Amino acid sequence: MAAYILKRLISAIPVLFGITLIVFLIMAMIPGDPATAILGAYATPENVAKINRDLGLDAPLFQRYFIWLGNLFTGDLGRSYSLNRPVLHEIIERFHATLVLAGSSFVLCAVFGILAGVVSAARQYGWADKAITFTVLIGISIPSFFLGMVMILVFAVRLRWFPVSGMYAIYGGGDILDLLRHLIMPALALAAVATGVVARMSRSAMLEVLRQDYIRTARAKGVKERKVILGHALSSAMVNIIPVLGIQAGFVLSGAVYIEMVFQWPGIGRMLVDAILKRDILLVQGGVVFVAACYVLFNIVVDVVQSLLDPRIKS
Amino acid sequence: MQIIKTTCRAFVAVSMTVLGLFSTLSSTHAQTPADVLVVGQIAEPKSLDPAAVTAVNDFRILVNIYEGLVRYKPGTLEVAPALAESWEISEDGTEYTFRLREGISFHDGAPFNAEAVKFNFDRMLNEDHPYHKTGPFPLAFFFSAVQKTTAVDALTVKFSLNEPYAPFLSNLAYPTGLLVSPEAVKEHGEDVGRHPTGTGPFKFVEWISNERVVVDRNDEYWGEAAGVNAVVFRPITDANTRVAEMLAGGIDMMVEVPPTALSQFQSDEFTIKEQAGPHVWFLILNAKEGPFADKRVRQAANYAINKEALVNDVLEGTAAVAAGPTPPAFAWAYNKELAPYPYDPEKAKALLAEAGVEGAELTFFVTEGGSGMLDPVSMGTAIQADLAAVGLDVKIETYEWNTFLGEVNPGLEGKADLAEMAWMTNDPDTLPYLALRTDAWPEKGGFNSGYYSNVKVDELLEQARTSTSQDERAKLYREMQSIVQEDAPWVFVANWKQNAVTNDRVKSFDLEPSFLLHLQNVTKN
Repeated sequence: MAAYILKRLISAIPVLFGITLIVFLIMAMIPGDPATAILGAYATPENVAKINRDLGLDAPLFQRYFIWLGNLFTGDLGRSYSLNRPVLHEIIERFHATLVLAGSSFVLCAVFGILAGVVSAARQYGWADKAITFTVLIGISIPSFFLGMVMILVFAVRLRWFPVSGMYAIYGGGDILDLLRHLIMPALALAAVATGVVARMSRSAMLEVLRQDYIRTARAKGVKERKVILGHALSSAMVNIIPVLGIQAGFVLSGAVYIEMVFQWPGIGRMLVDAILKRDILLVQGGVVFVAACYVLFNIVVDVVQSLLDPRIKS
Repeated sequence: MQIIKTTCRAFVAVSMTVLGLFSTLSSTHAQTPADVLVVGQIAEPKSLDPAAVTAVNDFRILVNIYEGLVRYKPGTLEVAPALAESWEISEDGTEYTFRLREGISFHDGAPFNAEAVKFNFDRMLNEDHPYHKTGPFPLAFFFSAVQKTTAVDALTVKFSLNEPYAPFLSNLAYPTGLLVSPEAVKEHGEDVGRHPTGTGPFKFVEWISNERVVVDRNDEYWGEAAGVNAVVFRPITDANTRVAEMLAGGIDMMVEVPPTALSQFQSDEFTIKEQAGPHVWFLILNAKEGPFADKRVRQAANYAINKEALVNDVLEGTAAVAAGPTPPAFAWAYNKELAPYPYDPEKAKALLAEAGVEGAELTFFVTEGGSGMLDPVSMGTAIQADLAAVGLDVKIETYEWNTFLGEVNPGLEGKADLAEMAWMTNDPDTLPYLALRTDAWPEKGGFNSGYYSNVKVDELLEQARTSTSQDERAKLYREMQSIVQEDAPWVFVANWKQNAVTNDRVKSFDLEPSFLLHLQNVTKN
């Protein structure tokens, strides 16, 4: 097992290396530069040259790449010009917020998705199955940012049950209850699509297993139905559900960009959008590499868990 | 049966818990506290160091924490005393001597004096200054005429300019001229932008990234104390979310309300404020080549475009029709006799026929967004339709803002016949000087991307810049405006009216033509 994990970790190195190169080149190639973004209408060649000199952007492209890469290895991601603070501080602070949002959405989609899938499969073609399939279809079809806007209009503006945006109240907030109050709408909006996907995949994975001979044998032996479903069937079906969960984790992480914009959640997605618009090169590079590293790491974890459940995968 | 019963029971239990959780969470959602003003901003500030920032969004916070030597007189763009109580300008217009107010301290207790003023300008302008590294200072060129700053005595400071430069005073009133405590710069270095320390009516309390900037009333303020205990600035970048926060009571005031959202605030619960600013939205016409090299065709474009329809229908009344290159907000320098080009498609057609360019094909650069660009895509499309109606075949090319600037600023030659543009400035000198002079053609480092050239206009602008009399400057600018309107290097389209919405708890709030947000007099119950 340790050898397998090590192998996976080593294979991630060229991937991450490639990501640094790609994100660096994209930032260098896209039109517009930080100096123009800072100066706006006042971007004379003279002023631009001065700003570029101050930001160290006048060095040759590859020299800049290797300086950045070298600093990256020492954990120095540079200083964000648009926020005027170290990139790493900003990423850590923002990632915490994204983790709270994406994490809770992921838990929601895993729990409710699998639950819905299991119930659906156990009651195939019954009213519960039909109701769940219909709801799931709606969940998958509504774009999450739109669902978020509708939720804001109904639950925040009209009913005033929840705050419109942000992560904590401006005054008198800051505790866990305050966080939950702000979290509930964005987490649900973000989880909607992923829950639908997980529910569908769980249903078909369960149906696949329920058709097998050993399930019929278990039932014939007189094992209680609940135990058949949750014990015998679900544990086998999980092998096929877990990769779907892995993909959904990535989906939730990237979907957080829209939701963070709509709900003004102070996460890393919103940070990246702002940074791209302001051509904050170091912040974009640092943020993308960080998110990519998390994504790669998460995939390794999923593979390892899967191989634990099903030893055939390792070979 | 058993399993269904269990499921039912479990379902009821889960539902009760969820409902319980919902009601606990939702019942305590309160309004903003009394005596604390919560302002919805359009973005997170970059920094709270006035020398380091360029965005109006950041200035809106800064002018409440800091003060400069001079400021804009409320309701105008004329210069009035602030930390300087008076000043003298030498005959030749190259020496400005300021007498400072006595007994003022920065929020950290450091004294405000001539040395502090000198420190601020040296830090920005002098590359050898020990704290120049706390930059970059992108708008330092506002003061590039300053050769030397001298502390004559504790309360007298003198600026020596390398040439007469009339906009100097209004540049001092611009937020780039706000003064920072030298002690704070020495203590925090390049992080001084996160520890703002000025002399203003509010003092800084905290800045939590992407959540809020909080300032408290400065009880030791030398002038009249602020009307509220504290102000909280919340960055809400998404315009729809900002509107929703305003409707839900999460903020007391928002700026830059999208035109389409204004109708939501037409009730007694809210007050809408409007104020025309020093802004002009125009089309740059390529006067070097193609159809617009002919003055008649440029005038035809001005007649062909229905500016009334643009400001009323596309911009929903958030702008006024522009008459010439200088916005009316510069009341002292504005030529009131100029009337906008009327909407007259027949006359436009006649002019086009006279010039022999009917059915000409034109390339039109449009941006997707950008500061002060209002609603550029819809406006571009409407303009295209107006020009088509007089027989001009216009092809639109749309670019993202930074890319757009990269295409337009180096000049339109060989690329396009017309392009959208908007400027917001603080002195009537700035825009025409940078964008209408022959010496401001792109290859000479200016922004005259349409290559307009008129010797008389060049002369008037140079003269106005070196004059120290406001009346004389006003006369020169007025003459410049009527020549430029006649020459039509641009299609003059709109002057933006900034707007803001407050709820009924906020009193004594007014917008300024400078687009800055002075909150000192505002009260809230």
